[in-house]
Order: sequence, then structure tokens, then C-alpha cells
Amino acid sequence: MTIGLAHYLAVAAILFTIGVLGIFVNRKNIIVILMSIELILLAVNINLVAFSVYLHDVVGQIFAMFVLTVAAAEAAVGLAILVTFFRNRGDIAVDDASMMKG
Amino acid sequence: MDLQAIAFYLLAAVTVISGFLVITARNPVHSVLFLIMAFFTAAGLFVMLGAEFLAMLLIVVYVGAVAVLFLFVVMMLDVDFTQLREGFARYLPIGMAVGGVLAVEMVMVAVTVAANGAAGKNAAPAAPVADLPNAEAIGRVLYTDYIYFFQAAGLVLLVAMIGAIVLTLRRRPGVRRQNIGDQVARTPASGMKIVQIKSGEGLSE
Repeated sequence: MTIGLAHYLAVAAILFTIGVLGIFVNRKNIIVILMSIELILLAVNINLVAFSVYLHDVVGQIFAMFVLTVAAAEAAVGLAILVTFFRNRGDIAVDDASMMKG
Repeated sequence: MDLQAIAFYLLAAVTVISGFLVITARNPVHSVLFLIMAFFTAAGLFVMLGAEFLAMLLIVVYVGAVAVLFLFVVMMLDVDFTQLREGFARYLPIGMAVGGVLAVEMVMVAVTVAANGAAGKNAAPAAPVADLPNAEAIGRVLYTDYIYFFQAAGLVLLVAMIGAIVLTLRRRPGVRRQNIGDQVARTPASGMKIVQIKSGEGLSE
């Protein structure tokens, strides 16, 4: 059986689900939540690249690059916020973070 | 089963398993290492698709920068990670149920799209166009049609960099720092005092 578009999309779908599941089950651990977001964005990238290749249109890969950029920026800012949060609070339990009364 | 299928199933299985281990590992350092593995195998999938440039970019950006950043932060923070795992078993059943439904739905949509969508009508890409490598094809579109988006992406990275520095920079009170401006501005007149001491009396502060 030959590998087609559906296979790549299925892998991306499973990876996306794992990312969402990771956010569900690790509600306190913000480091794993950030890693789950990275997994979700990786799944999006796989989708974009697979469609780009099968539609013979390189624009999908360019958008995957932009997603990569935003993911890197998001990880940097998220981890910076995490470090500041840890400095102020002494732990990283985010489920009861209510300093800003939000 | 031909070689391509074997390679695909191997890479896909490793990607999915290491993705699952990212969210279930007890030690966050192991989570980061499994994340690196997932990115590596995903880069392998990109190579199989013919997107070599993006595969290399994934390794350079994610493994080289983002994952190492995660590793630094995980190792720097002195946190009791077992305490952060409480609630894991409580949320696992409902999470599995929702995740299972989501996965089945998305796989069904994927199969349908692949069978009936516009992309499914195209044949599988046998080989990239011979005279146009992947990186060159991307560059030709990225630097012409998408130049403003490219610049905006650079701006996003700049803002993220400045934001991360501003968030984590901290001036501690009571730390004596070298002030280069003051040092350079010192003249003999301001840095030196000539005291005439009478002989036999000594100097008292």
C-alpha cells in the first residue's frame, strides 16, 4: 500500500490530539503545557507541508515557516514569563495563579 | 511493503510515541528529550514529503533553539515536579475520552479530504522538479510575493526577543557594578587629590 496524503494527515491529527490531551492532563505543569502547544503547532506544520506537497504549491511550506517563527517567539516569551513567575512566587503551579485577579 | 512505507510507518510511530511520552513522562527533562525526538522524526517525515529545507529548519530552530531553551528553563527552576503531577490520574480518563473522539473525527476528516479534496486529485509527487531545488523554490516565492510577511516575521522575532529580555532582566539593589562612563570621564583633577603633609605629623582620615 502506497503512502498518500491521508497518512500524513492522520499522523498530524493524532499528534494534535496528543497535544490537546497534554494540556488536559497536565493542568498544573506549565512547562508541559508549553511543550504540548509546540506539539500542536508541529501537527499544524505537518498538515501545511503535506498539503503544500500534494497541491504542488510551495506557499504551504512558507506558511509552515511562519508558524515555526511564531512558535519560537511564543516559546521564548512563554518561558520568560514562566521564569518571572517562578521568581515572584517560588513555584510554577499555574492552576491557582490569580495575582492579576483575572 | 516497499521501503517508503516502512520508513513512513517507522517515523510516524516514533513521532506519535515520543509525542505521547512528552505529556506522560514523570521527569520534565525526559519530556524535553522526547520532544526533541518527536521533532527529529517529524523532520524525517518532511524529508519524505520532499520539503528538505523545512526539515532542516525544523531541526535548527526547534532542536537547536527552542528545545535547548526548554531544557535550560527546566533545569534552572527548582520545582517539585511530583507535586505538579497531582490531578494527572483524575483528568486522564476524561482526557482520553475527549482525545479519542477528537482523534477519530480528525482522522476521518483527513481520510475524506485526502480522498475527495482538491489535493487528493493530484498524483503523489514522484520527485521534485529537477531544476528547482526545494530551498530555491521557497526562496523564489518567499522573497517576492511574501516579502512583507517575511519582514513581519522578523519583527515578531524582534519583539519576542526584546520582550523576553525585558521580562527576565532584573536590577538587584546593592550590587556594585562597573560604570564605564564614569571611569572614562575621570580626569586627573577629579581622580586625584594632592595633600601637603607636614613632616612628622602623618595623615589622619
